[in-house]
Amino acid sequence: MTKHLKKLALLAASLSLLAVPAQAHRTWLLPSATVLSGTDAWVTVDAAVSNDLFYFEHHPLQLDGLSIIGPDGKAVTPENVGKGRYRSTFDVKLAEPGTYKVMVLNNGVFASYKLDGQAKRWRGKADQIATAIPANATDVKISESRGRIESFVTSGKPSTDTLKPTGTGLELVPVTHPNNLVVGEKATFRLVLDGQPAAGVAVEIVPGGIRYRDKLNDTKVTTDESGTFSVTWPGPGFYWMSASVRDDKSTIKNAQRRSSYAATVEVLPQ
Amino acid sequence: MRLLISAALTTLTATSSLAAEAVISVDIPQLNVAEYHKPYVAMWIESADGGKITNLAVWYDVKHKDNEGTKWLKDMRQWWRRTGRELTMPADGLSSPTRAPGTHQLTFNSAAKPLDGLTPGSYQLVIEAAREVGGRELLRVPFEWPPKAPATAQAKGESELGAVTLKLTP
Repeated sequence: MTKHLKKLALLAASLSLLAVPAQAHRTWLLPSATVLSGTDAWVTVDAAVSNDLFYFEHHPLQLDGLSIIGPDGKAVTPENVGKGRYRSTFDVKLAEPGTYKVMVLNNGVFASYKLDGQAKRWRGKADQIATAIPANATDVKISESRGRIESFVTSGKPSTDTLKPTGTGLELVPVTHPNNLVVGEKATFRLVLDGQPAAGVAVEIVPGGIRYRDKLNDTKVTTDESGTFSVTWPGPGFYWMSASVRDDKSTIKNAQRRSSYAATVEVLPQ
Repeated sequence: MRLLISAALTTLTATSSLAAEAVISVDIPQLNVAEYHKPYVAMWIESADGGKITNLAVWYDVKHKDNEGTKWLKDMRQWWRRTGRELTMPADGLSSPTRAPGTHQLTFNSAAKPLDGLTPGSYQLVIEAAREVGGRELLRVPFEWPPKAPATAQAKGESELGAVTLKLTP
């Protein structure tokens, strides 16, 4: 049992080095601004894996799964993409007025098994799993991970087309526009899993600036029947919202599935 | 023909004699700072429930090349959220250049835009100032429209705005 736990811990540690993060670390995107005016609007976005929000102190976020959708639904190409010791960074030109969604998707599969009494580990993509594990392997444990990390940026008047869910994985459907958040006002969001309401899911909301206070000051809410949850912002600043769902509905046979979501939103003063 | 003209004249006279006037005076304070930029200022009228917005004036850096002065319009964040982000700047009759420290006066007539659309009720005059490398301040002056008797209402700023006076004449 102890050995098993140790193995799990090791597994978690190795996962944290991957794009798929372990629970202990937070993955996030941090835009330089979320509400912009003017004709030549740009944002620069930092992307990192860290303990404290929003500080670069652990790993840069892998940007292999980065994509940006503009107000017209078309993909926007990130510019000046770079990777540093503690953070990744890229720029987004907001050529058209409206709302942009910046997202990093991490989909992967992890497997552990025994072969001739030897413990083996494998990680890769869902379509490789069929051939990855030898037929004579025993004690096969497979887990599929689907992660989505997002942030939202608006130039001029907010638009809503980009906020529609894709129907895959755990996603946030804003009822309150994510670039229209103000201290003291209630904001409402919905969580959907593969497009269906994600009911009874715990959502953690953590304000940034952790380094300069003793308490985490996080808020925990649970989604209702329709996947809806609300939050009244106690103060201005960037907030990190995250949730995850574990189930056995993976398309991979006998696999556990973890779908996770994290978003960074900015709350402005009144 | 003569009858028509006289009828038109009567209408004109009637309108002007019924017209109420709103005079807003705004103090932009002189500040002793190393780097001074004249503030961006937005003035608007809000219905008591905040639902209806009537824009009065927006002072911003209209002379900046390629309309780049619009980049900082969002710093007047309350105005930006309420109405600014819905507008295209510069806007005729609304936007004008930033103003130097001193007292500035604006006069609005109930018979003309933008006050001609103001239905009777309780309102607030809202004025918001945001200064580059400086601060931001927002003041509210409640009033009733249309005025039944001459009235003066005032608010006083602490940092980016001085006294704001609203004078109403029936």
